[in-house]
Amino acid sequence: MIPSEKVGIVGYGGYVPRYRIKVEEIAAVWGDDPEAIKSGLMIEEKSVPSETEDSATIAVEAARNALARAGIDPSEIGAVYVGSESPPYAVKPTATIVAEAIGATPEMTAADYEFACKAGTAAIQTCSGLVASGMIDYGLAIGADTAQGAPGDPLEYTAAAGGAAYIVGRENLVAELEGTYSYTTDTPDFWRREGQPYPRHGGRFTGAPAYFKHIVNAARGLMEELDLSPEDFDYAVFHQPNGKFPRKVAKMLGFEPDQVEPSIVVDKVGNTYSGSSLLGFHAVLDVAEPGDRILLVSYGSGAGSDAFSFVVTDRIEEVRDAAPRLEEYIEDKVYVTYGEYAKMKKKLKF
Amino acid sequence: MSVPRFWRSIENRYRLVGTVCKNCGEKFFPPRVVCPNCRRSGEMEEYEFSGRGEVYSYSVVRVPPEGFEDKAPYVVGIVKLEEGPLVTGMIVDCEPSEVEIGMPVEATFRRVSEEGEDGVIYYSLEFRPVRR
Amino acid sequence: MPGRLKRDVAVVGVGMTRFGELWDMSFDELFIEAGLEALEDAGLSGDEIEAIYVGNMSAGRFIDQEHVASLIADRSGMTPVPCTRVEAACASGGLAFRHAVLAVASGLFDVVIAGGVEKMTDVTTEEATSILATASDQEWEAFHGVTFPALYAMMARRHMHEYGTDREELALPPVKNHRNATKNPKAQFRFEITVEQVIESPPIADPLRLLDCSPVSDGAAAVVVCPLDMAKELTDTPVVVKASAQASDAIALHDRETLTGLPATVEASRKAYKAAGIGPEDVDVAEVHDCFSIAEIMAVEDLGFVEKGEAGEAYREGMFEIDGEVAVNPSGGLKAKGHPVGASGVAQVVEIVEQLRGEAGKRQVDGAEIGLTHNVGGSGGTVVVHVFERAD
Repeated sequence: MIPSEKVGIVGYGGYVPRYRIKVEEIAAVWGDDPEAIKSGLMIEEKSVPSETEDSATIAVEAARNALARAGIDPSEIGAVYVGSESPPYAVKPTATIVAEAIGATPEMTAADYEFACKAGTAAIQTCSGLVASGMIDYGLAIGADTAQGAPGDPLEYTAAAGGAAYIVGRENLVAELEGTYSYTTDTPDFWRREGQPYPRHGGRFTGAPAYFKHIVNAARGLMEELDLSPEDFDYAVFHQPNGKFPRKVAKMLGFEPDQVEPSIVVDKVGNTYSGSSLLGFHAVLDVAEPGDRILLVSYGSGAGSDAFSFVVTDRIEEVRDAAPRLEEYIEDKVYVTYGEYAKMKKKLKF
Repeated sequence: MSVPRFWRSIENRYRLVGTVCKNCGEKFFPPRVVCPNCRRSGEMEEYEFSGRGEVYSYSVVRVPPEGFEDKAPYVVGIVKLEEGPLVTGMIVDCEPSEVEIGMPVEATFRRVSEEGEDGVIYYSLEFRPVRR
Repeated sequence: MPGRLKRDVAVVGVGMTRFGELWDMSFDELFIEAGLEALEDAGLSGDEIEAIYVGNMSAGRFIDQEHVASLIADRSGMTPVPCTRVEAACASGGLAFRHAVLAVASGLFDVVIAGGVEKMTDVTTEEATSILATASDQEWEAFHGVTFPALYAMMARRHMHEYGTDREELALPPVKNHRNATKNPKAQFRFEITVEQVIESPPIADPLRLLDCSPVSDGAAAVVVCPLDMAKELTDTPVVVKASAQASDAIALHDRETLTGLPATVEASRKAYKAAGIGPEDVDVAEVHDCFSIAEIMAVEDLGFVEKGEAGEAYREGMFEIDGEVAVNPSGGLKAKGHPVGASGVAQVVEIVEQLRGEAGKRQVDGAEIGLTHNVGGSGGTVVVHVFERAD
């Protein structure tokens, strides 16, 4: 999918809650070996949403940061799409909450997206289409989650909270979209049934036939479409369910560690589901230079991958400090105990 | 709080939209319909506050009301906005011991409470310490 | 003259229930007991009563019953006498008394009952806390999880910040009021407490702790008022209402001009002193609204007994003890006598009348001639002040 008109990112912003829990703290509760977990998942700690946060509040904070970098009038935003698998409501959009909170309502369209961890990149594709076609001037795409993982499930070590927002437009771009490519099949590797508090997953089945197959095919499909190869990219960003998978898939595709390392935030933040690849992209935009080419590939269980190629513009230098860099959120942290974590995650009933 | 009552003030709560009297220039949050200085000679229009200010007074709620049981202990405060008015809100993302009168704060969008497990969720701008 | 009553009004009968957790008493039994006691005290049969004003904050929430004016007239056997419920949160009782006084002063009625009643223990403590919070701004204060103690805590914090009031000084009004309550057979808490106990009691809303707060109580109080001329025929000890004043202020703290006092107290007391032709230094005994420790500290300053910011030192010197310069809350106050919110304002009048008659027993203030009541609604949105004098 190559846009017929110029389109790209005009503003980006992220948000990670302030609280963290260490692998050791969780491992102590379940009698696991923390060193084995840390080396196996390549993760040290994960973010925890406070009692006053959920995916909607994270989406709003990220959107406010994106707006600060875009420097546009929010009423010019014609579409708001929020991707999440932990929406506060089963029925009632999060996108309307975000749109109202940033002052984009009422002349606009909005919807919530769900495609496991790739709903946020699906939102970027939709916005790109609407913007490139001239139907809207700006679109806001967000991926945000307060990820769920059942107590005692290995997912509990990674399921984290955070999100990122991207404003798509035609002018004043910070990163131009060269093309996007999606690879989609019906693969039940991870799911959460209606009314269930925690997801279930296929264990090792989430690897080869799911994560790796879809990301590899999407990335290859995009590079073929754009006639590019791994060495044409300065950075590569992949969905980060743990620290191991993105590094492994990078190697499978022929990328060098220094192309992928700047995007890795999962070790300090955890897997923020819909926010994961988008926060990795944010981390790269925080350090990229004008002219750099970035590969972004998401993965959503169920399953599908969206791949994008962006080229950074001169404007990146102007907007970079109009909102907090991701590193500022990562470094501003307070560790909580498992008990406090259980309270914050509303695992306690009143 | 009922749903319509919350809904009517969504833009005030989500974006700190208050009012300013065009006659005397005083700014109000929460918004006022009638200017208490100018009464019938006043003329109100909307005014969006920046959300920046400093703690004017505060307390730590240890015995919470219904709907806030999961948050206790939590800090509430009266914040003096940089545009002048005092406004009440939670002070989040900090330890009670960190808070002091005069501490700079900024608005942050938060989930405040909910009408039980199946009711509507109330969101609003609250305050957090300025750390940047 | 504006601010003055058109004819002199006196209190000729007072009555009140015990205050406390009165599990075996219903709402009806409370006001009937207080009303009958007031009639008996006035030496009236009940036939003389021409109107009833009742202070009640929230029967609708506490006992799920609105239209309590009709209920009270009915259950008291007083129909078809006009009965009016008055609501101003915790100032409901004081305001009901004011309306009874105004009705008599206007000449519309001669003999009127002013009562106040609240039955608070039929709901859980959590529910009671939520109901009391309705006296604050629901949309812009309670919405954010701000409780009623938290509002007074924020006033305390500001008072400490601006005037250096310390935690120990904050504990002095509750300690004094508990001591006074040991001498009041109708008080809820008839035991003494120490400064250390206050400071070490469980935290409620920093810096306020459990023993800084008035309790949840059941209770009722009633008084009979009539023209002074008639009062002199009914009793040898009529107590005349020298002034009745009221002021309003913003319901929310953040809309006030100060947090270290209640501007409505300053306004109402200034009007009351002027109408009575006295100054704060003339007051011998005062029942003030001490729903929290900081509330009494602010009250004695706002009423002019001491300069703003000097209450702490005055407490240390014993200025407000029963044998002090001005006895404050000899009854034990809201803190120790109990605080059935709608009844408290009327119970203050009961205490002052007993003091001015010289009938206050062990807690009698020697030579008390001028008394004052100070009743606050919410965090200071309504204040009612009355000045009384022994009329002999």
